[in-house]
Amino acid sequence: MADKSFDLVVIGSGPGGYVAAIRAAQLGMKVAIIERDKLGGVCLNWGCIPTKALLRTSEVYTNMKHAEEFGLKAEKISFDIEAIVKRSRGVAGRMEKGIGFLMKKNKIETIMGTARLTGKKGETPTIVVKSDKGEEKVTAKHVIIATGARARTIPAAGLEPDGKFIWTAREAMVPDMMPKSMLVIGSGAIGIEFASFYNAMGADVTVVEMIDRILPAEDKEISDFAHKSFKKQGMNIITSASVEKLDKGKDKVKATIKGKDGKTQEIEVERVVLAIGITGNTENLGLEDIGVKVDRGHIVVNEWLETGVKGVYAIGDVVGAPWLAHKASHEGVICVEKIAGKNDVHPLDVDMIPGCTYCQPQIASVGLTEAQAKDKGYKVKVGRFPFQGNGKAVALGEPEGLVKTVFDEKTGELLGAHMVGAEVTELIQGFGIAKTLEATEEDLFHTIFPHPTLSEMMHESALDAYGKVIHT
Amino acid sequence: MPVPILMPALSPTMEEGTLAKWLVKEGDTVSSGDVIAEIETDKATMEVEAVDEGTIGKILIEEGSEGVKVNETIAVLLEEGESADDIDEASMKGGAASGGGDKAEKKEEEPKEEPKKEEAAAATPSTAPATPSKDAPKHNGRVHASPLAKRMAKNEGIELTALKGSGPHGRIVKRDIEKAMKDGTGKAGAAAPAAAGKAYQPPAAGIDERLYPADSYEAIKNDGMRKTIAKRLSQSFNGEVPHFPLNIDIDLDTLLEARERINAMSPPKGEEGFYKVSVNDFVIKASAMALKKVPAANATYTDDAILRHKHADVGVAVAIDGGLITPIIWKAETKGLLQISAEVRDLAGRARQKKLKPEEYMGGTFAVSNLGMFGIKSFSSIVSQPHGAIMSVGAAEERAVVRNGQIVIANQMTVTLTCDHRVVDGAVGAEYLSVFKKMIEEPTSMLL
Repeated sequence: MADKSFDLVVIGSGPGGYVAAIRAAQLGMKVAIIERDKLGGVCLNWGCIPTKALLRTSEVYTNMKHAEEFGLKAEKISFDIEAIVKRSRGVAGRMEKGIGFLMKKNKIETIMGTARLTGKKGETPTIVVKSDKGEEKVTAKHVIIATGARARTIPAAGLEPDGKFIWTAREAMVPDMMPKSMLVIGSGAIGIEFASFYNAMGADVTVVEMIDRILPAEDKEISDFAHKSFKKQGMNIITSASVEKLDKGKDKVKATIKGKDGKTQEIEVERVVLAIGITGNTENLGLEDIGVKVDRGHIVVNEWLETGVKGVYAIGDVVGAPWLAHKASHEGVICVEKIAGKNDVHPLDVDMIPGCTYCQPQIASVGLTEAQAKDKGYKVKVGRFPFQGNGKAVALGEPEGLVKTVFDEKTGELLGAHMVGAEVTELIQGFGIAKTLEATEEDLFHTIFPHPTLSEMMHESALDAYGKVIHT
Repeated sequence: MPVPILMPALSPTMEEGTLAKWLVKEGDTVSSGDVIAEIETDKATMEVEAVDEGTIGKILIEEGSEGVKVNETIAVLLEEGESADDIDEASMKGGAASGGGDKAEKKEEEPKEEPKKEEAAAATPSTAPATPSKDAPKHNGRVHASPLAKRMAKNEGIELTALKGSGPHGRIVKRDIEKAMKDGTGKAGAAAPAAAGKAYQPPAAGIDERLYPADSYEAIKNDGMRKTIAKRLSQSFNGEVPHFPLNIDIDLDTLLEARERINAMSPPKGEEGFYKVSVNDFVIKASAMALKKVPAANATYTDDAILRHKHADVGVAVAIDGGLITPIIWKAETKGLLQISAEVRDLAGRARQKKLKPEEYMGGTFAVSNLGMFGIKSFSSIVSQPHGAIMSVGAAEERAVVRNGQIVIANQMTVTLTCDHRVVDGAVGAEYLSVFKKMIEEPTSMLL
């Protein structure tokens, strides 16, 4: 096969890689993208999108069970797990085709195969792509590694998928049966989303979290609110505890859970979901050969996503937390625009990255939590507004939730916003724009929020921080 | 009825200027013709005279204010019997004031105890409108800053106009304020108050701190002249004029003898009519005569036509503190050496004091620059538009030259003509130089 050369080669076609490739093509670069599996990466095929499809099913299912509250009658409500999974896969498949179209439209060459970087240490490497058709060599002035990440496993402790009892997110999103009982290890976004889905579908779900609260990345008030809400839905939550041991029986797994206080308890479940973190896909890329540094499973980069090896960059999950698709995409754009020498390119500001968890109720946040703000030495003003004070929320039958805002008393800067409740994942961008435009509390006061909407609670929360709330 | 004193236009093209100095203060009595202020334009400092007699009631534009628009009211003159209280909005505005009658009536109805002039004067400065700071004209009136940046700047006492925004479209954002807080830029009081107009902000914009740390140099703010030199010469050299230089060596022996004889005829120093003609005076005279002989070199290029000038108006480059200026010897071809000599001395003297009037340095058809006194052998100047060429004169010196196979000692100088090729082609320039050379080498030929 003939050798090819490009301005930019992107390894990995997830939301980091394909966005970087498109932006580079827009800027006039000759671009190729290498993918070993399916275009769109984990996000599209095994993450964000298919899980949203599953969670929509559980949401509709929950609403059906509450039909009477809305004056409707629904009898003999049941589900077909195969059909649920089929729909989820269908959604992912459709989106993947979309990426293929985008690559063509932007004249980006898609190379299917597994990439490996070769060359002398410190020099821009050559990329060898292996596929069924053989090997081909590709050269590029710039290489962006966007190989993503996968679920962390701890084989020594038996914490790895076994093809039957123990699932990672990947197995948990294509279940062959609906387990009656389930243990979810880890209560981050991924763990909680699966816990929420299976709990809503009728499984007995137990969540074990090492930290003293679930959703440890969120503001404590939000964590506590979600905790109560899940409890009410029948979820069993054990915090400050870890899973010591998994003993597999014929049909069930016996888990030994040890609390921080030293006490142990045993529970039996049909399936276990591992959600104990993420590790970067750094293996077999030839990173060591060319001198790219890897630390604890992630590629080390500077603020401009440069690895230190000339012409080699890394973005997205493979460079570390937060493991979010939109963070990867944004890094892709920053990296490419920096390569192209564009003005007005600034390093990613972590406080500007919103985080969303699509459990029931939904969680969304951006910026500093109240505790983080105080740790940083801010004197804060905190506003809160509960869903039950909002007409639209009550009309939707979703009166449970909270919008919390944290302002810097000195400057009025919106330091952080934290929400739990229906549709908050669609609301958080409003606070994101406010933060990007560097709005102060006054600008939020002056903004006219439409009635009746859930967004009115954002307004009220800001007003509340300054003692001007109207509806409580 | 108080009379507004307006910012004068010192030249037809003047749009704004710097109010360099007030020579009177509020409460001073002036009569018509008194010099009350000095105005600085791009090249000169001019005096402003009082047109009427009266008392300076209020000074509206502070000393040192830059960018004062022509016809802006800079002060208000009170006529006899009027006090600062009589200053109303009408008199603050330029142009015809109306409603004077009403005002007078009103005054009769409400007789007020007239404050003493000193008191009135003391009370007024604080009410004078602050002059806009022109230190950061890039902001063009409106400062683009995020709400948070504005709030932070206010909290920290940072002047937003002193900062360069790094946000979209140059918007000043939080990180710019944080940087300013760290670097101490834009802090009110860090430099002289910005309202004084002369406060110089550290060049946060445009200077890479890694190249020149802020304490490693003294920044001398560009004045109008420096900006004009930078603008006009780069426009000429880089933008519009295709330059080319022509060199010629000229024998000076005959001229030096002639000069000696002419100067020997002068009355003794100190007596009336004393003169001392310089080589440069000969050069100016000869350059003008040569322009008359080769009119194609005495020309200006425009897009539509070549303007062949009827007179040789020769600019003489004068180095002055902070720059240079080129006052003009008008119709130099019609003037004798003594007149040229006297005019050059007068113009150069006043140029150094920045007292030239615009009509004394604006225009001209040709220019002469002489760096011979610094020992410069030859150089080529940049054509100052709209001239078609400029002559650069090197030092007069003894040189070993070959004549008829013999090495002899001769006094020579090298002259370079830099031409605007759009109007003065090589052959024209060469012809001009050869005519000039003949006139210098045989000064009596100028009599022909």
